[in-house]
Amino acid sequence: MAQSNSLWNRFKANQVFWPLVALGLIMLFNALFTPNFFRLEIKEGHLFGSLIDILNRGAPLMILAVGMTMVIATEGVDLSVGAVAAISAAVATVLINPALGQQLIASDKLVENVTATPLPVVILAALFVATLCGVWNGMLVSRGNIQPMVATLVLMVAGRGIAQLITGGQIITVYYTPYFVIGNGYLAGVPFALFIVAGVSLAAWLLTRKTAIGMFVESVGINVRSSFYSGVNEKNIKLLVYTFCGFCAGIAGLIVSSNVKSADANNAGLGFELDAILAVVIGGTLMTGGRFSLLASIIGALVIQSMTTTMYAIGVPAMAAQAVKAVVVMAVILLYSEQFRSVVGRVFGRRKEVRS
Amino acid sequence: MADSDQVILTMTGISRAFPGVQALQDVDFNLRRGEIHALMGENGAGKSTLIKVLTGVEHPDSGVITLDGKVVQVKSPQHAQELGISTVYQEINLCPNLTVAENIMIGREPHRAGRIDWKAMNRQAREILLRLDVDIDVTQTLGSYSVAIQQMAAIVRALDITSAKILILDEPTSSLDAYETDQLFQVMRKLKSQGTAIIFITHFIDQVYEISDRITVLRNGKLVGVYDTDALPQLELISNMLGRIVVDLDDVSRHKAARAHDASADPLMQARGLGSTGAIDPFDLDLYAGEVMGFAGLLGSGRTEIANLLFGVDKPDQGTLTLGGQPVRKFSPLASIERGVALSPEDRKAAGIVDDLSVRENIVLAIQASRGWFRYLSSAKQSEIADKYIKLLNIVTPSAEQPVKNLSGGNQQKVILARWLATNPQVLILDEPTRGIDVGAKAEIQKLVVALADEGKACIFISSELEEVLRCSNKVVVLRDQEKISELSGDEMNEDVIMRTIAGS
Amino acid sequence: MTRTFKIDRKFVPMLATIGLFAAGYLLGAIQYPGMRSPQTFFNLFIDNAFLLIASTGLTLVIISGGIDLSVGAVIALTSVAAAHLMEKVGLSSLLVIPLMLLMGAAFGGLMGGIIHYFKVQPFIVTLAGMFFARGMSFFISLDAITITDPFYRTLSLARIHLIGKSFVSVHVIVALVVLAVAMYLAHLTRFGRTIYAMGGNEQSARLMGLNVGRTKVQVYMLSGFCSALAGLVFSNNLLSGHGLYANGLEMEAIAAVIIGGTLLTGGVGYVFGTLFGVLVNGLIQVLIIFNGELSSWWTRIVIGLLTLVFIVVQSAFSSWKKRQTGIRPARKKAASAADTSPG
Repeated sequence: MAQSNSLWNRFKANQVFWPLVALGLIMLFNALFTPNFFRLEIKEGHLFGSLIDILNRGAPLMILAVGMTMVIATEGVDLSVGAVAAISAAVATVLINPALGQQLIASDKLVENVTATPLPVVILAALFVATLCGVWNGMLVSRGNIQPMVATLVLMVAGRGIAQLITGGQIITVYYTPYFVIGNGYLAGVPFALFIVAGVSLAAWLLTRKTAIGMFVESVGINVRSSFYSGVNEKNIKLLVYTFCGFCAGIAGLIVSSNVKSADANNAGLGFELDAILAVVIGGTLMTGGRFSLLASIIGALVIQSMTTTMYAIGVPAMAAQAVKAVVVMAVILLYSEQFRSVVGRVFGRRKEVRS
Repeated sequence: MADSDQVILTMTGISRAFPGVQALQDVDFNLRRGEIHALMGENGAGKSTLIKVLTGVEHPDSGVITLDGKVVQVKSPQHAQELGISTVYQEINLCPNLTVAENIMIGREPHRAGRIDWKAMNRQAREILLRLDVDIDVTQTLGSYSVAIQQMAAIVRALDITSAKILILDEPTSSLDAYETDQLFQVMRKLKSQGTAIIFITHFIDQVYEISDRITVLRNGKLVGVYDTDALPQLELISNMLGRIVVDLDDVSRHKAARAHDASADPLMQARGLGSTGAIDPFDLDLYAGEVMGFAGLLGSGRTEIANLLFGVDKPDQGTLTLGGQPVRKFSPLASIERGVALSPEDRKAAGIVDDLSVRENIVLAIQASRGWFRYLSSAKQSEIADKYIKLLNIVTPSAEQPVKNLSGGNQQKVILARWLATNPQVLILDEPTRGIDVGAKAEIQKLVVALADEGKACIFISSELEEVLRCSNKVVVLRDQEKISELSGDEMNEDVIMRTIAGS
Repeated sequence: MTRTFKIDRKFVPMLATIGLFAAGYLLGAIQYPGMRSPQTFFNLFIDNAFLLIASTGLTLVIISGGIDLSVGAVIALTSVAAAHLMEKVGLSSLLVIPLMLLMGAAFGGLMGGIIHYFKVQPFIVTLAGMFFARGMSFFISLDAITITDPFYRTLSLARIHLIGKSFVSVHVIVALVVLAVAMYLAHLTRFGRTIYAMGGNEQSARLMGLNVGRTKVQVYMLSGFCSALAGLVFSNNLLSGHGLYANGLEMEAIAAVIIGGTLLTGGVGYVFGTLFGVLVNGLIQVLIIFNGELSSWWTRIVIGLLTLVFIVVQSAFSSWKKRQTGIRPARKKAASAADTSPG
């Protein structure tokens, strides 16, 4: 009994506890109000259902959250992930379909499985460019000593312009089926994107927990000066996390463009930066850096995605759902805020005093 | 001679305890109109707590404060200001981006026709400054002036806003050069002649003799004495400040006697003309394996600056450093760790511990940093190292997984020592390793230092407590005013000689 | 006090922007005859009036050391809410306009309150505010609403003739009034000086006895008010309201503020400079249109690069300044060296 009690306490103290509670509450809401929410079907050998939908649609966000978690753990932030995702999508689609769109749409016969560049090259090139964007951010932050918010703002503003430059201002449509697998395909009945999520998460987990990087990231986020005195190269750690975040944004961009079978420099990855930050915050990693949990951030991403999906399910328009999300997120942040707790505590404390 | 109506402030029997520390114990203090009163003491002496009590930041557990003949209870810093007690801190609490005039006047700036009357504001600010013989363009931003001028703007604001009767200057000269200090002293003399009572906190002995009328010395939270500056020889002041603590440490002394490095050997670490402008004057240093070298000197004498240079936290701008005969080219903590040099820094909280990380992680941090990102110590190996040092150094913690912030100061210090011992250094520099920790832990750390030297390591031991330095060291380097002034060994190594050297007599 | 004529260092970033704008316009005028028409110049103001209004409010927020990311979303929300109230509810525009301004101020004040009382970072709070405002506009209407209110239409079409045939819209006058009021507030009131003081060092400002909390709430309130006013101008210009309007405008506004010479870290900058930040933004678009060969996305890239240049130069400048006058390591007192000779 005592042992199970301590196990429960340890679970409660774990960073994933509260995000899981939030996820549970949303699921409970759905169980009560959304018909067939938990129904899983197998159609044409693929799994279907709202839960699968959440996982599938949440894939880009989960990947972004992984990258963003490490950045935030060093007391930074990356506002450019949406723009970087758009750049990555632009690079990939242009390489597949360099004719810049319109001619292909015009003639039916071109709507077939063609690519101008082999798929592996397409993917590597897109991820390379995205990673380069991450390096750029990392250099500005670590070597240029510019505040993270300011440094990444630059790419956030210019990035969409660069993406448009790449696509020539067109919405580039692709007609190459193998590319669709990334965002729409299935493997063993499970959406392919989930395998990517699993791969990225595993890689990030290995990188942070099976090397010293995770410890250094936390130590830099908690106390840069002590870390420096202990010989930790804080500049390289910062460079690394922004680079990795750029890489993650690149993958998210690929999934999104594959999902909609096109790249729109203006709208691909719109609002990603906000969703990713919120996922990390819900995951309980503090904006002031320090201890982080990749799993908690991934659950945080699922919380956001299931909120979105739930609202669609009950008929809230996609764009309007943002407002509800904002309120929930603000509530979560306030619950984490010590200031809020102390103010609430004072109010309740006073009430108790009055009563007694 | 203390004419009672001259006295503006008396504090009697002030005590204040914090968990684990008696910061002030039955301390008396009094201040007269128109005097500059120096408050002296080393770190942890209780100066800052006394000031905090006076300015309402802390409330005393017991004791009475009488201001102008009336008993007062200072509730808050605002309340202190209302009572006419103003403080100017070392870090200037003004806005560097506003003009000098604004910094002096904002909050009671002159208005005309519903808007700020800049002309009148500039004129008034200028007049106030001119009253103290400070003639500057008040329309420039505060940040464009030297720290001394910023300091004066802060003083002017503090005085003028409350018509303060008492002005507390907390280490105002620590970042001023000689000329700027003179400027500040002129202002202080002017204020004194106008009847303001000034409490002056500094660690520069010469400045105390230059400007102050009386001196109050505190040590370990207790009052040592109040003296007229003219009647107190420098040597006596220093010995009053440093004092003696009697700890039973025969062990340490016995060990030391048996230990002397091989004179024919080459020094392990050798500095020639090493220096950094503005931090430490060029110095020579020979450190041999198997010896403990003590640094004696007051706070701000350059002890920490030397430590930071040797460890590569700061880069020298002149001179050479060799380690084991090899010239050192790369100055950085990481390079030093790889060379086998370790530094336990002076400021444990800001530069030592990483408070949210566990004891285990804190212990392995430096060794892991030297191994790089990918040669990761397995968690089993980490725990093994952590457990070894927890046992070896007798670190009191529920487990190695405890966040280090939950440990007491002494145990945190031991964790930092463990971090460095784990890297197996040849040279171990300990900057104030025993500050703010209890007597038992102090003794353990001292024993450890001696034991490490016995194993053939070279140690540099820096402390404000002379007794401690003498007990552990084979040699003592004496520093004063950012300069190495002497190196003592053998019979010369006694408190008397060291204090005379510091006092410069 | 001798008065010599020299350019104060603190004006340099703003003067650089003004110079940049003048030089850019001059080069454009030499290259493209179309740009020599006064109307082209006035169009810069007409087209960017709403941006100027929003950026003006944002400038004060940034000088205070904060940030407001909800600017674009509040513009969209205002446009939709105003259109809805006029068209669907049938309220008069004379009632709707003050109502919208009140809503903007209240929204800003709410965000400021959360930032101040619960110590949550401004960018997180205003980020949530941005989501909320955009979402709300779609709750009101998913589609664009056309505005038919007669007064609103008159206002939209009103022309104020200046030189010859050239004219400006009412929006320009509104924007310039906002700019003037903001300049007055920033430089001639304690509220304004408190904003600067907070941006320089919030802790110090508090210790200097300034009412930091109230000012912080007020500055976000002002920014919300400006955004709502910008939203009214925006919808008045297009005579419609939609939740997708002014998408990403917060970034354009931030860029305009930075290019106008305001330090994103707070404490330094001029509202007047923001005018030229906005004009440079507009000028780049005009130049690209006149050029005809360059595509519109170059605007974003050039703005991004300009922002970077300003950030990097200012960051380098401030760290240089810190080295000059900031906290230096303790220096010894020369007099004492004579007492002892080195041992």
